[in-house]
Amino acid sequence: MKIVLTSILVDDQEKALKFYTEVLGFQFKNDIPMGEFRWITVVDPDDPNGTELVLEPDQHPAAGPFKKALVEDGIPYTSFGVLDLQQEYERLQTSGVSFTQGPTDMGPVITAVFDDTCGNLIQIAQLKEVS
Amino acid sequence: MSDLFEALAAPARRAILDELTEKNGQTLFEICSRLAMKHGLGLSRQAISQHLEVLASAGLVTFERQGRYKYHFLNPEPLKEVVKRWLKEEQEGSDS
Repeated sequence: MKIVLTSILVDDQEKALKFYTEVLGFQFKNDIPMGEFRWITVVDPDDPNGTELVLEPDQHPAAGPFKKALVEDGIPYTSFGVLDLQQEYERLQTSGVSFTQGPTDMGPVITAVFDDTCGNLIQIAQLKEVS
Repeated sequence: MSDLFEALAAPARRAILDELTEKNGQTLFEICSRLAMKHGLGLSRQAISQHLEVLASAGLVTFERQGRYKYHFLNPEPLKEVVKRWLKEEQEGSDS
């Protein structure tokens, strides 16, 4: 068994596609009309055949309160790996991304948490080199 | 003031104050991450929430909503009362 897809619930698929590609830098892969909504996926540009992230509509009535409660407590919906967290933090800040937690040393990892503008917080994490 | 001493009695609550001293203004998630990763404390989020409530009722921690996020801040003011209570005479003595 392989993890082929993972998904994130977004409040606006078009806005999400722009943010996840233009701001975060993922690569657009699929856009298939599915009635009212679309099946949109993005991938890591360095690994276009790797795991796809589905930008899924958050239309279920339970999704709103669930996402709101996570955001209020600062809990990220998911986490992406980065090689240089400080550099990514500065790059995203320059693009106007707002962070609820700046770069923080958490022992084996350095993490930060930002707002994806689609109703979620996202963590980025850099594994520290074992010296 | 008994609230204050009770609040300070638990090691987990002192760890929360240590982390807020390092960086004031943290989400619940950040506090939970710091306690788990830096202090090796395997506490549930509910348990940490309860510790924060105890600290808040002693006046040592305040909450502030900023937009959709909720941040926790350290308020060291109540600690000054503790210091004054026992160091008062010494201070007066050194003045004379």
